[in-house]
Amino acid sequence: MKTTPFNYIGKPHLRIDGVAKVTGDAQYTDDIHLPGTLVGKMLRSPHAHALIRNIDVSKALALPGVKAIVLGKDAPILFGILPRAEDENALAIDKVRYVGEPVAGVAAFDERTALEALKLIEVEYELLPAILDPHEALTREDVKIHHFSEVANIERRATLEFGNVDEGFAAADYIREDTFYKGAITHAPIETHVALANYRDGKMTLWTTTQVPHYVHKALSRVLEMPMDRIRVIKPTLGGGFGGKGEPFSFEFVACLLSRKCGRPVKIVHTREEVFMTHRGRHPMHMKLRTGVKKDGTITALEFHNLLDGGSYGSYGLVTLYYSGQLLTLPYILPAYRFDGVRVFTNKPACGALRGHGGVGPRFAFEVHLDRIAADLGLDPLEIRQKNSLKANTMTLNDLRITSCGFEECLEKAGKAIGWEEKRGKLPRGRGVGLAGGGYVSGANNAIYFNPMPHSSVNISVDRGGGVTVFCGASDIGQGSDTMLALVAGEILGISPALIRVISADTDTTPVDLGSYSSRVTFMAGNACRTAALAVREKIGSVVAAQLGVPKESVVIADGIVSGQGYAGMSFTFAQAVVLAESQGMALYASGGYTPPKLGGKYRGAGVGPSPAYSFGAHAAEVQVDEETGIVTVLRLVAAHDLGRTLNPLAAEGQVEGAVANGLGEVLMESHTNTGSGQHSCPSLLEYKIPTMLDLPDIEPILVESFDPEGPFGAKECGEGSLGPSIPAVVNAIYDAVGIWLHDAPITPEAVLAALKKERMR
Amino acid sequence: MIIVNMTVNGNHIELGVGDEETLLETLRQRLGLTGTKQGCDLGDCGSCTVLLDGQPVLSCLTLAADADGHEITTIEGLAHGGELHPIQRAFHEAGAVQCGFCTPGMVLTAKALLDTHPHPDRTTIRGALSGNLCRCTGYVKIVNAVENAAKVYPHNCVERAQ
Repeated sequence: MKTTPFNYIGKPHLRIDGVAKVTGDAQYTDDIHLPGTLVGKMLRSPHAHALIRNIDVSKALALPGVKAIVLGKDAPILFGILPRAEDENALAIDKVRYVGEPVAGVAAFDERTALEALKLIEVEYELLPAILDPHEALTREDVKIHHFSEVANIERRATLEFGNVDEGFAAADYIREDTFYKGAITHAPIETHVALANYRDGKMTLWTTTQVPHYVHKALSRVLEMPMDRIRVIKPTLGGGFGGKGEPFSFEFVACLLSRKCGRPVKIVHTREEVFMTHRGRHPMHMKLRTGVKKDGTITALEFHNLLDGGSYGSYGLVTLYYSGQLLTLPYILPAYRFDGVRVFTNKPACGALRGHGGVGPRFAFEVHLDRIAADLGLDPLEIRQKNSLKANTMTLNDLRITSCGFEECLEKAGKAIGWEEKRGKLPRGRGVGLAGGGYVSGANNAIYFNPMPHSSVNISVDRGGGVTVFCGASDIGQGSDTMLALVAGEILGISPALIRVISADTDTTPVDLGSYSSRVTFMAGNACRTAALAVREKIGSVVAAQLGVPKESVVIADGIVSGQGYAGMSFTFAQAVVLAESQGMALYASGGYTPPKLGGKYRGAGVGPSPAYSFGAHAAEVQVDEETGIVTVLRLVAAHDLGRTLNPLAAEGQVEGAVANGLGEVLMESHTNTGSGQHSCPSLLEYKIPTMLDLPDIEPILVESFDPEGPFGAKECGEGSLGPSIPAVVNAIYDAVGIWLHDAPITPEAVLAALKKERMR
Repeated sequence: MIIVNMTVNGNHIELGVGDEETLLETLRQRLGLTGTKQGCDLGDCGSCTVLLDGQPVLSCLTLAADADGHEITTIEGLAHGGELHPIQRAFHEAGAVQCGFCTPGMVLTAKALLDTHPHPDRTTIRGALSGNLCRCTGYVKIVNAVENAAKVYPHNCVERAQ
């Protein structure tokens, strides 16, 4: 078989679900309606920390229209996304740990009745002191949020040390220490969380808004005490995730429990307030960095302390903790590095994964810290980054294997696009430019639970009419993974991606893909799809070669025509070739899987951070700071991102633009906070500000290609790593504009005014 | 129960609605027009936007009873006989759709804009669509889509009118 130049890769392709989405045909979970569906609602704790003494549901059950009520004792088995942190119940049993924690589920004929029933459930609470400050959580032995914490309310302390840190600092010409704080933000997908459960004939079907159908499937089996083959999890069209739908949630179990109890379909639709209350947002991080450098800016050693406010449960937190330490070794060469991180429990919603998981807080801190070092030494911030830049085909000191690396090109292109030479330090007061770098995983090398399966599997079947269907467990959460699969299969099979059907994220019909998290789908599902499509092509090629009497190597498929290259007039349509292949006695079908290579060090914590490939990026911002109001306006944001190879520029640009928009919201607008009693300060999209169209400039993505040797056609991740650098780029630009350093994000106008005042007093 | 007479996507509809029933509930739950999305139910996100006599309204804040005597257009009412409306096509082709949850509201708000301002600049587009939140796209390609649609939109309208 001969490899043809790309037919489709690298050209703009329209989403295969695009027409359904612009016409309103696309079916999201809440759009599915089964006859006889009951409305499910959940009673939530009004307290941040309390013991549950008694729950009396008798009055609620007596209410006409109420069909079932479930409590924590109905499903006592613990779950949690990480096997080492299974610390949640479907409904609280003895204790509530945050405001909004679900304590009971009700199914009723209509919403009004269900809400009325919630009011009739009597819960006797015994209030406990609530811990909301992570520093307090570090030391309070008298209040234990979880009994298993050995020291105070610490979930885990992680320490890492590579190289000789003390020698590194001794060799430094200059050492700087800074502290930073990065506040909580939430995912805010526009679709709220919804589950529709239908228990029939001993089988459970759950339609749910999830990024991880496989992990939900597994957790349901455990908690519902049903074998996995009696459970089907389907992810319909999903209205955005960003990590917020990335683990099994209470409402999914509760919908199933209610449906099983009353034998009817039950749908739970979260209100926007409930999404805020139960969100698994970005971990707030209290960070201290100490870095030694030579006079020329070469880094000699780095020490990083991080206190993570984990909220009330484990969630993804152990991974967040290790990521926060491990990913700081990108994208600069560190000869010596020490990390000391602690994740504590507090009486707030659990923190989990959010776009750029684990890396965003430390990235903000380090990039601003690096600019401060550059300023202290009179070095150019662009040059200090270039000087320390990681190189391709190297190993970081914590054993992260770097294959492709386009970081230097990203720096150069972002700098050039923003006009670094002409602008940095040269713009009128109030206006400035700044830049920052970053790097991120293309999927985690290790699955969340140990298993020998491929991380992603794809089946491709071809029907007699030449129709190609790709089956894959991968979850299209809006990022366009279905279209990516069609593109990869289309490229290999020489037929237009627009003609390929993709059936995804249905545990009954699609082989397992671990889910949409850790920016893994293009790399892993893309590779699995490529392998499956190559196998289909191989089968077609053999049969056609034999039939035409041409060498197998000469057979090519392009534009739906299978022909012997160099053998004029000898060709079949794709459909004819399929019929021919089928005549060999079997339907045309093939599977492919992707398992990452064994990577990573042997130390404790080495399992988090390794990835088959890393993306890199450099962002440059130009800002205007209004010194009267403290308002910062981002005038331009250039995001150069090394994504290996651009499979579909339309989709890739969209990913980078969206990630940057999240970053700009995160640095200037968004703050998810609680009041002193643990109540939510801003549980609506009016109070919690995400960027509107008026808040953002036209983000300028620059796609940098470094052609990864192991990525599908050379591609790497592009949707998460492209968030991180935006935040420090803006902060560094504010310094260039008005000479103030801001170490706490989000950057509020009040903080800008206070810093300006302090600067004037100096 | 209030009897409401309204036109939905060109079809005359008469139905009884509850006095607290929102237009969003009527459209989604009673008429099966699930293309209209519920993102917050508080008037914050814009995903439930429909056109009432050509003007964008938040159907989650509009009582169904108040739609009496009015003409409602939902996303299902835009494409004609399998042919996408130019704004729908522009959104699709510009890559303005990711998760798609905000898309129906965005498209309808854009339609109301282009019906009254056939040649808006990017600032005008941003202003007109600023009540519709999108968390996926960073808005760049949505503004591009409306700009692109504006180039062909009046022409198509004229054609259809003839």
